[in-house]
Amino acid sequence: MSEPQAASKKPHLEYENVLSQSSKQVASFDTHDKTPLQKFQHFLHSSPAAVPLIVLLLSLLVFGIVLGGKFFSAFTLTLILQQVAIVGIVGAAQTLVILTAGIDLSVGAIMVLSSVIMGQFTFRYGLPAPVSIVCGLGVGALCGYINGWLVARMKLPPFIVTLGMWQIVLASNFLYSANETIRSQDISAQAPLLQLFGQSIRIGGAVLTYGVIAMVLLVAVLWYVLNRTAWGRHLYAVGDDPDAAELAGVNVKTMLISVYTLSGLICALAGWVLIGRIGSVSPTAGQFANIESITAVVIGGLSLFGGRGSIMGMLFGALIVGVFSLGLRLIGTDPQWTYLLIGVLIISAVAIDQWIRKVAG
Amino acid sequence: MKKTVVSAAIGALALGVAFVSPAAAADVSACLITKTDTNPFFVKMKEGATAKAAELGVTLKSYAGKVDGDSESQVAAIETCIADGAKGILIAASDTKGIVPSVQKARDAGLLVIALDTPLEPISAADMTFATDNLLAGKLIGQWAAATLGDAAKDARVAFLDLTPSQPSVDVMRDQGFMIGFGIDPKDPNKIGDEDDPRIVGHDITNGNEEGGRTAMENLLQKDPTINVVHTINEPAAAGAYEALKAVGREKDVLIVSVDGGCPGVQNVADGVIGATSQQYPLAMAALGVEAIKKFADTGEKPKATDGKDFFDTGVALVTDKPVAGVESIDTKVGKEKCWG
Repeated sequence: MSEPQAASKKPHLEYENVLSQSSKQVASFDTHDKTPLQKFQHFLHSSPAAVPLIVLLLSLLVFGIVLGGKFFSAFTLTLILQQVAIVGIVGAAQTLVILTAGIDLSVGAIMVLSSVIMGQFTFRYGLPAPVSIVCGLGVGALCGYINGWLVARMKLPPFIVTLGMWQIVLASNFLYSANETIRSQDISAQAPLLQLFGQSIRIGGAVLTYGVIAMVLLVAVLWYVLNRTAWGRHLYAVGDDPDAAELAGVNVKTMLISVYTLSGLICALAGWVLIGRIGSVSPTAGQFANIESITAVVIGGLSLFGGRGSIMGMLFGALIVGVFSLGLRLIGTDPQWTYLLIGVLIISAVAIDQWIRKVAG
Repeated sequence: MKKTVVSAAIGALALGVAFVSPAAAADVSACLITKTDTNPFFVKMKEGATAKAAELGVTLKSYAGKVDGDSESQVAAIETCIADGAKGILIAASDTKGIVPSVQKARDAGLLVIALDTPLEPISAADMTFATDNLLAGKLIGQWAAATLGDAAKDARVAFLDLTPSQPSVDVMRDQGFMIGFGIDPKDPNKIGDEDDPRIVGHDITNGNEEGGRTAMENLLQKDPTINVVHTINEPAAAGAYEALKAVGREKDVLIVSVDGGCPGVQNVADGVIGATSQQYPLAMAALGVEAIKKFADTGEKPKATDGKDFFDTGVALVTDKPVAGVESIDTKVGKEKCWG
């Protein structure tokens, strides 16, 4: 403190005189002058699943008020879970891929092909159902592995790889199955294991199918893996900045291949759950699962640029779509209104995501 | 520079035309455009057309939309057929109104256009329609359901599982035909949803598959859990509806009726999943269509409508193992011999 004073006596150091009038505070972060809105923005930034959760609760509230007990019954609410089980499981696969800043357009096709393989291996070749199921899961994982290999090793854009894979897998599905449906009655007579996920637990009015339980367990396990294991943290790192992750010692290529393979495996699981849901093995099912899963992920607040978002958000996103679909049907509106509102939700979700990101900027 | 490119293109086009024309004259070629390549109904249709074309020496090219409702692929297919110099087009249109300008283009270019299975709107937009009488198909299952219920029909709770939100004509006719057969006033028979009969619980869409059928049935059961009659647009939707009913333990006391007559569907009638279904005959539709194009190419004669109808009726039969008085039907054994898919 005394030095500038002393220095001022020497004319060639006079410019230091101004220092005595300047701020003496040490540099620090601004923390106190935040408006409530900014605090809210910061909260949303730190908990990415909050926005979809709020929207979900609001939509439940609104439909509950409009429709009353018809909507707010254990049966209806669990019915929504049943209706979103497939999208939820496929959405989990989609979440993993989108967190790496990729996208998977082939999820629905892999799901259907896997279900067809489980059915046809049992009924066409007479294999025991467990063997067919393992084969179906294996084919799903293989499709995913090919996606991952092309993305990681050949450096092809994920959009292009999975766009191609979507067509290839879907066409293989139709060629192999000859568009034949395997009837529900035949399956329950000869291979009931295929319909495992259609069975249910009833608690009062609530009906929880094994498919719903599988979805909830899967999302819970993936949430733990993504947040509490090295593999999960590496996945976020790769999605956020692959170069930085590489420099930090993450094997980005192996990581990507493992993510796509797991995604394929989860889609195959969805195929098994699908058989439980619709009873039969139908090659025409699940045509829009890729779009529906991306919708769930986006409404769930995950960033398509990778590395940001929570798998819980995806689940809430899928549930929001389910609540809107059933709620609007119960009110009795034209089905087109559902699509219109989902469109609005998608755009709003991304707009909110952009606004939240400003907190970091 | 631009001019050279254009004239080169015209030159190439002219050459192309010069090459194509004699080939087309020597050989009759026809196009088959279906809604999808995936529905067994259209697979069978393609089979029938291919077999007949081979028999008559007609070159047949097949096109299909990617999914039911994909009209753009069908428009592109029509344009390809015109450019290809085909003599005629057989089309099962996804968008019955929207496809009309493209069909007109084809007819202006001298092609015979036959609508298969699904009439265009207006029906006169095609030279002729080879189809199932979908109104009659609906009427038959409606009459059967009413006769099976007997006196209980006047207190019935009816759910309608329709096809898509755009209300294609086949959807409307089966839906409204069922109402007429069942004894419900359909009001405007060209529109679903304007009826006020209290027995109607509601309409929902299924996209004609198991998944949609199950979800739609669940939704309508939420609206009214006492539903006891279900009209379904086709048998996959019916199978899905049955799964939804089974999940709530109501599969035994609900009457499901359907339209199509596919082999899994007829098997479901035999197993008691579906009460009755109206069977249609896609193979005959397509084969007759190819014959008509061959005849048109050879003699210039266009096909004529069935007496008293504005289309060529390819027939429909009610398949059930529980026949009722006053409604003609065939049993599932006969139905299986004639089934498709």
